[in-house]
Amino acid sequence: MIKVKINGQEQNWDGDPDLPLLWFIRDEAGLTGTKFGCGQALCGSCTVIIDKQAVRACITSVSDAAGRDVTTIEGLHPTGDHPVQKAWRQVNVPQCGYCQAGQIMQAAALLMDNPKPNHDQIREAMAGNICRCGCYQRIENAVHLASTGV
Amino acid sequence: MNILTNPKKLRGFERHFKVENVSRRSILKGLGIAGGFVLAAPVMSRTAFAAYETGASKMPHGTVVDPRVFVSIAPDGIVTIVGHRAEMGTGVRTSLPLIVAEEMEADWSRVRVQQAPGDEVKYGNQDTDGSRSTRHYLLPMRQIGASARTMLEAAAAKRWGVPAAEVKASNHEVVHSASGRKLGFGDLATDAAKEPVPGIEGLKLKDAKDFRYLGKGQIGIVDLHDITTGKAHYGADTRLPGMKYAVIARPPVTGGKLKSFDATEAMKVSGVEKVMEVKGWPWPSKFQPLGGVAVIARNTGAAIKGRDALKIVWDDGANGKYDSVSYRASLEEAARKPGLVVRKDGDADAALKSADKIITGEYYLPHLAHVSMEPPVAVADVKGDKCEIWAPVQSAGGTREDVAKTLGIPEANVTVNVTLLGGGFGRKSKCDFAIEAALLSKELGTPVKVQWTREDDVHHGFLHTVSVERIEAGLDKNGRVIAWRHRSVAPTIASTFAAGANHAAAFELGMGLIDNPFEIANLQCENPEAAAHTRIGWFRSVSNIPRAFAVQSMVAEIAAATKRDPKEMLLELIGSPRIVNLSSVKDPWNYGEPYDSYPIDTGRLRKVVELVADKGGWGRSLPKGHGLGIAAHRSFVSYIATIVEVAVDDKGKLTVPRVDTAIDCGTYVNPERIESQIEGAAIMGLSLAKYGEITFKDGRVQQSNYDDFPVIRMDESPLVTNVYIAPPGPDTPPSGVGEPGVPPFAPALINAIFAATGKRIRNLPIGKQLEA
Repeated sequence: MIKVKINGQEQNWDGDPDLPLLWFIRDEAGLTGTKFGCGQALCGSCTVIIDKQAVRACITSVSDAAGRDVTTIEGLHPTGDHPVQKAWRQVNVPQCGYCQAGQIMQAAALLMDNPKPNHDQIREAMAGNICRCGCYQRIENAVHLASTGV
Repeated sequence: MNILTNPKKLRGFERHFKVENVSRRSILKGLGIAGGFVLAAPVMSRTAFAAYETGASKMPHGTVVDPRVFVSIAPDGIVTIVGHRAEMGTGVRTSLPLIVAEEMEADWSRVRVQQAPGDEVKYGNQDTDGSRSTRHYLLPMRQIGASARTMLEAAAAKRWGVPAAEVKASNHEVVHSASGRKLGFGDLATDAAKEPVPGIEGLKLKDAKDFRYLGKGQIGIVDLHDITTGKAHYGADTRLPGMKYAVIARPPVTGGKLKSFDATEAMKVSGVEKVMEVKGWPWPSKFQPLGGVAVIARNTGAAIKGRDALKIVWDDGANGKYDSVSYRASLEEAARKPGLVVRKDGDADAALKSADKIITGEYYLPHLAHVSMEPPVAVADVKGDKCEIWAPVQSAGGTREDVAKTLGIPEANVTVNVTLLGGGFGRKSKCDFAIEAALLSKELGTPVKVQWTREDDVHHGFLHTVSVERIEAGLDKNGRVIAWRHRSVAPTIASTFAAGANHAAAFELGMGLIDNPFEIANLQCENPEAAAHTRIGWFRSVSNIPRAFAVQSMVAEIAAATKRDPKEMLLELIGSPRIVNLSSVKDPWNYGEPYDSYPIDTGRLRKVVELVADKGGWGRSLPKGHGLGIAAHRSFVSYIATIVEVAVDDKGKLTVPRVDTAIDCGTYVNPERIESQIEGAAIMGLSLAKYGEITFKDGRVQQSNYDDFPVIRMDESPLVTNVYIAPPGPDTPPSGVGEPGVPPFAPALINAIFAATGKRIRNLPIGKQLEA
């Protein structure tokens, strides 16, 4: 039996220990905010935060997450008012919105590590997260806004 | 007089409104919202009408203008407005209801949007494609809002015993200013339901100067909070009791089929419950599934792992030799010989013979895949002769029709719930994935989710075509262009619908070929034959991509050859401000729009060129290694011009410091969403120009995922993208926004690279060409 803590709630899994965490989160725990995009850690749609690190849930197994604290978009802030989420809304970032949970989790992890990233640091840190609609200019502005308040 | 506020310009509608007071129960059933409402009527009554005139009436099921279908009001005043088009990122789920709210004087903070299921008889056409939503629905939505407002005003006037002319709806209440009395929309809801629905011809539409929302761009999309908190509901997010998870192994070659399979190892995978054959249809068969082998499991991860363990033998069929290298050579060969003449103004052959100089450009654009972030996915629940679908489909009505046909049940027995789309770009106009889910659910007797992996998406899509565009421009001794011959050769989307379709359909010819706006006396367009060997489909802006790339590259090539400024060359070719005469074209198509309302107006094309040149700093001095390129193109009846600044370093590394785009899309609703579409179009344009290439070998797609079919990431995206929206003329009907931003980007980029380096790129993607 594997125990994983997701958004503060302990979840048990007695199936395949190699099951990608993404599918455990979505299909078994029923938290659908984390998205499937590529399955190969190429696009970042499935980004969650494990122990303050942005992690691609599609190539992380449930057993890798055993005993650790996993935060998904649903658990980022109780009312959805994390500075990154607020900035995202202020800048009207999303178009289709599908990649945005992953983008927001990546940005939140970036700000934990580097509260005042500069232009190049934002572009580098966010480069693993693809947005096919092409919201990059606004994502960059929103990360900047979340980190500086302006 | 603004065309949008002049009801006299309306014509050709028929009216058969009838008053219907609907019980709470039927509304609850119809709209799934709580409260005792008015104005909601799940009835068949509808009007078909033609406005200033658009092509809306020619779309399947036309337009429905009935406030009872689209609006309901709860006693607490909450107004629910139906969004009947698919939201894939354009903002349409916000924009269309916002138009209704504007006209009915609803306060947007008290408006809720309810997504319509697929039902085109009730809602009118729902096929969210072709950049049509605002252009076809701006006026109908205004009329729906105005009808609802008129009914609320009539109810208030009766309550107070005053003439209706003395009352006025304003910000969610009706006011009688003479007596100072006010009644909220909620208080009036029940009475308003008893009022007759007014006829369209008598409706008073708001004056544009009184708009609170339209054209302002201060309203965020309705799903903004849900998207940022993970609550927004996409195709894969539907969870039903007892639902199974499926992935499918499909034939790797289009038209191939299953020979045999061995599921022994797959069945050993933890969580796998069943392996079964899925019915496939011979190619071509429109949007029917390819067939294959499905693995059914308790979660998606187990289904994928089970599929990896399958042993399958395929019969590749007739397309097993499809090879992109040899196919390209065949397209080039075809482009170098005369083809079917599809436009002939003057005598291009003779003019080319007499020309002082001929400049020839041959431009290649390979297949492209949509790779929307959300791969195709659908949930189906078939019970007896009923089927319910939850899916991210662009065409809810079309999905309903195709699923019903496939299952052999009446359309009325199929419910298609449209989730948010995690990107569409044309891929989700095709409902093959929803049909797959329905077939599996029927067989299993349980709800099923069919999830496509990214590899499935890349391998089994409906790809953008592959094309060679060859242009010969004949110049006289003064360097003036006297002849233009454009041959466009590419497998057609029609080949996905019917075997043997080897020439472009009218709608493809009309995307940047026969609608060429240039003022050249001798202009000929030809379309040589090309046979398809895979499924070809719509990709955001479709044939405009290769045509704009070729035509706008050629403009800059002529400019370079004659030592002219590319912008001045472009304006010279566009010529005088005029309405282009397309009398030599058999079927101008014109995006399905009547030419009277939406002619090719070169004055508007010139204006966006001048606007972008002015705002975008055309001719500004640049650092070494930088260059500017310009391109302009009319598509989806909008006009757009783009300037790209590139920087190319001595190792050939390409960066894009700045992009400027001007768009004239006529009367518009939400400028903030227009900006976001154009910003995104620059990214999509850069993606396809820099990397976009799907190739085939032995009939199989050689790419699989974002590693070998890369798209632009943030670290290589333009540093700044500026968007300028041209103010609409007073009588300018709305035109497309979702797609037109893409076509001019690649040629503007390529022209900028030429300006920076002197290298002319005629084959996309750029790939490593700058490194040589």
